[in-house]
Amino acid sequence: MKVEQRPTESRAKDSLSDKATLLDLYREMLLIRRFEEKTAEMYQAAKIGGFCHLNIGEEATIVGSISALRKQDYVYSTYREHGHALAKGIEPNAVMAELFGKETGTSHGRGGSMHLFSQEHRFYGGYAIVGQALPIACGTGYAIKYKGTDEVVMSIFGDGATNIGGFHEALNVAKLWHLPMVFVCVNNLYGMGTAVNRASAVTEIWKKACAYDMTGERVDGMDVLAVRRATDQLVAQARQRHEPSLLECVTYRYRGHSMSDPDTYRGKDEIKEWQGRDSILSLGEHIKRQKLANDDELQKVDEAVTSEVEAAVRFAEESPEPKSSELYRDVYAEGAA
Amino acid sequence: MPVLMMRDALNQALREEMKRDESVFLLGEDIGLYDGSFKVTRGLMKEFGEKRVLDTPIAEEIIVGTAIGAAMAGLRPVAEMMTVNFIMVAMDQVVNAAAHIRYMFGGGTNVPLVIRTPGGGGHQLGAQHSHSHENWFAHVPGLKVVARGTPADAKGMLKSAIRDNNPVMFIENEGTYAVKGEVPEGEHLLPLDKNEVKRAGDDITICAHSRMLVVAQEAAAELEKEGISAEIVDMRALRPLDMAPVIESVKKTSRLITVEEGWRSYGVGAEIASRVYEEAFDYLDAPVARIGAAEVPAPYNKALEKIAFPGKADVIVTARALLGKN
Repeated sequence: MKVEQRPTESRAKDSLSDKATLLDLYREMLLIRRFEEKTAEMYQAAKIGGFCHLNIGEEATIVGSISALRKQDYVYSTYREHGHALAKGIEPNAVMAELFGKETGTSHGRGGSMHLFSQEHRFYGGYAIVGQALPIACGTGYAIKYKGTDEVVMSIFGDGATNIGGFHEALNVAKLWHLPMVFVCVNNLYGMGTAVNRASAVTEIWKKACAYDMTGERVDGMDVLAVRRATDQLVAQARQRHEPSLLECVTYRYRGHSMSDPDTYRGKDEIKEWQGRDSILSLGEHIKRQKLANDDELQKVDEAVTSEVEAAVRFAEESPEPKSSELYRDVYAEGAA
Repeated sequence: MPVLMMRDALNQALREEMKRDESVFLLGEDIGLYDGSFKVTRGLMKEFGEKRVLDTPIAEEIIVGTAIGAAMAGLRPVAEMMTVNFIMVAMDQVVNAAAHIRYMFGGGTNVPLVIRTPGGGGHQLGAQHSHSHENWFAHVPGLKVVARGTPADAKGMLKSAIRDNNPVMFIENEGTYAVKGEVPEGEHLLPLDKNEVKRAGDDITICAHSRMLVVAQEAAAELEKEGISAEIVDMRALRPLDMAPVIESVKKTSRLITVEEGWRSYGVGAEIASRVYEEAFDYLDAPVARIGAAEVPAPYNKALEKIAFPGKADVIVTARALLGKN
């Protein structure tokens, strides 16, 4: 599928050409890829339970958008969020340990694959009800405005969420109340097994921003640099002018909806076609063409992230289970203001 | 001690907490410029401005969602739902999000918010404006649920609810906003997990909360004339449910009536009865009697509505029957 980019004003030459930045993006995308491949393996080995939704194929969208944020900015995500958590800076050890249900996980084994969280990294959670987190993200946006600080909230969700009431309620108040937010739609063409054109009257999701007089933009979600450039601009307008926006990143998940998806609703050719446009390979080629690194250096990056992922599995394996005596811990918070 | 109407006691609690803590803000439909559907928030936008008294669109999901996200980021929102019937639109945010966030994120965050919302019938408002659903929320771990019956309790419990670090469902009742009572001035704080005996008696125990507390008190006054001494336990703390005063009372009276404005099935009375059977079965001289609404969607017709909701006469007749004094 060819992605029509919405024409946008030409941008000044950006910083996305130096070696360190490009290798950082490459490294982060490859970390997510290797992490998710290992996650699939661990799921099949029954080390990970429940549902498990992988980000493989979506790395450019994830890294391109989240890398545009500062550490103190907030991210709200979905149940397909392992990569989002890693991109926001959470250690692979803590993410893998959560998938294993261990006490050392991001949510101390109480959340699992769909409910990663880190206060420290301002990763404000994976939510497993489609569209649920958008209204919540608006509340954090309101808190920023209330306190007069300069953070930004990025609310990430799938194409399926844009047909739900909460999406529309959220976009409405984000614009109405001038909240410092960027809504990022990961359009991977399917809401579970239902194609966008079978679920949404408007298949170009970015156009839904028009209803709220909001900036809407569509980018090739397989091109990390395109995603990053677009996000940079939208984050800046959110931070500086409290002007919210909707960014649609058109991408593809190579694997099924979850690990238990037999993937019968789409053709093998379609999957192959998208794999042929793989964002990590593309960025690698770009880096080599620019003569910023050679195959050996890229191979070293791969080896480094692979061993980081292996270390995460060891950490998760060796971590303690939550204590049964602590089943009731954290149902309620103690104390009062 | 000053005598205030329920709505003014609530208003006083909101004003005091907003003055005390900059992070407290209000949001809801028509709570600001319009002064609130039931005038609980009267004058607050004028006093505190539009940032701290936020008028929202008529969109319940965004109201509760906004409150949750603001609470996670360090504020203390108090959301008003115009009636508890409307909160159904936002149940996902209340149950799947507010109640579960702290636990499912391993204690990594708190959700200190209050949702104030009135239930209750008796105003010919029909099937979509008249019900009481506190039992729905009291079913859910992670929520605290209170339902006050007097102006003093309203003030003391709302102030504590705002300071609490958990999501608190603060259930009000349309039929009680004009109820008057003495209200302590200034710092008056009541625990969210303590029920109390509101009227001492020896022959029979009546458990009631919110508007049914008023109904129970009226019934008890009539029963007194017949020589029946009723003890009333105010069940203002529904989750966590404080059973201690009920168990103690039943050990004395050996007879129990529960009164609630909602439907009996799977209701507050069902929970209380079950706990009494578990903890004080041997003290009972009769089965627990439950009084609740007729199991129909609230009818509009005045006469039908009157018989659909429990009233003083139901309590009196049930008390006589339990004591064998028909």
